[in-house]
Amino acid sequence: MWQALHEELAQENFTVIAVAMDSREGDPLPWIEAAKPTYPTLIDREHRLAELYGVVNVPQAIWIDEAGRIVRPAEAAGAYEGFRKMNRVTREVPEDTARLTALAKTNYLNAVRDWARRGEASEHALSAEGARAHLPVLTEDMATAQAMFRLGQFLLRHGEKEEGEHWLREASRRHPESWCIWRQGAGVTELGLAALPDFWERVDALGEKRYYAPVDMKGMP
Amino acid sequence: MTTVLTEAGEFEAPDAAGSDGALWLSGREAEDATGWVAKPEGICKGDICVPLPPGREQEFVRGSRLNLAALWRHLGQPAVHSDRGHVWVLGASARERSAALGSLEAPDFTLPDASGRPHSLSDYRGKNVFLVTWASW
Repeated sequence: MWQALHEELAQENFTVIAVAMDSREGDPLPWIEAAKPTYPTLIDREHRLAELYGVVNVPQAIWIDEAGRIVRPAEAAGAYEGFRKMNRVTREVPEDTARLTALAKTNYLNAVRDWARRGEASEHALSAEGARAHLPVLTEDMATAQAMFRLGQFLLRHGEKEEGEHWLREASRRHPESWCIWRQGAGVTELGLAALPDFWERVDALGEKRYYAPVDMKGMP
Repeated sequence: MTTVLTEAGEFEAPDAAGSDGALWLSGREAEDATGWVAKPEGICKGDICVPLPPGREQEFVRGSRLNLAALWRHLGQPAVHSDRGHVWVLGASARERSAALGSLEAPDFTLPDASGRPHSLSDYRGKNVFLVTWASW
């Protein structure tokens, strides 16, 4: 999805940088090989972007201008929670939900294009005041959770499975809104992660809350 | 051997004593890993000096050694460790992270690509960067 955007905007002063929030370094490699990206694709096994930018899920994006200034803080990158309306047996999604999912993607990508071409003149590049108002609120529990997550990942990499997993669970308890932390502790299945009963249980527990926080941008569902 | 993970990276402290919630490092090790140094006016990093609570100096500094766990708690920063105390993570506080974000200057980071080559965000200064996360999971 990002390769086409990156190529289309190659003549602009623009680059995609994709970051895989994958703690097991080997996991993202088949995807990277298949996508053959011409933009940098980095691997963030300790979730540095969660610490620094408050990333809690994927795909989330941050827009950073030529001067290194944040013009849109971390937000869902063209993603909509349409999968919640999916029939869990047939995996079919109702038509109106599928339309919203497509709309989120199209409108978000158009906004990125507009910004890449017009820079700060784009209506989607937030003013300093606007960007500050959209910053994620970080708490000390979140900071502690990220430290626990890093401890757990270090122990796992050094063969201390039991204690490593213990710290990932502790981290998730401290920072329950983070899907990134939860997902890394939840393990993987060959069916793909959306098939995990635990995942659906967690999604259902959201109730009225959105899986991706709504994006404050014209045309976004 | 104690491993200390900080904002600056991973550090081995061969003769650190990390138990009972304390993490004693030599002055040199502490400075390498965190930038904090013991001075007559307190414990300092760059231009910032934190005076030690009167009567409790021994909790923080003994001879040339520094108790980074006590310092981290004193500063309200997250310090977590393995059960055996052989691995410590000294993190940054939410207050510090929020202040950094509030400046709107995008926090720099360095991460490897699939071939292991490191890239820093600052390498791409001068371009509009669409920084996007994804995952295999």
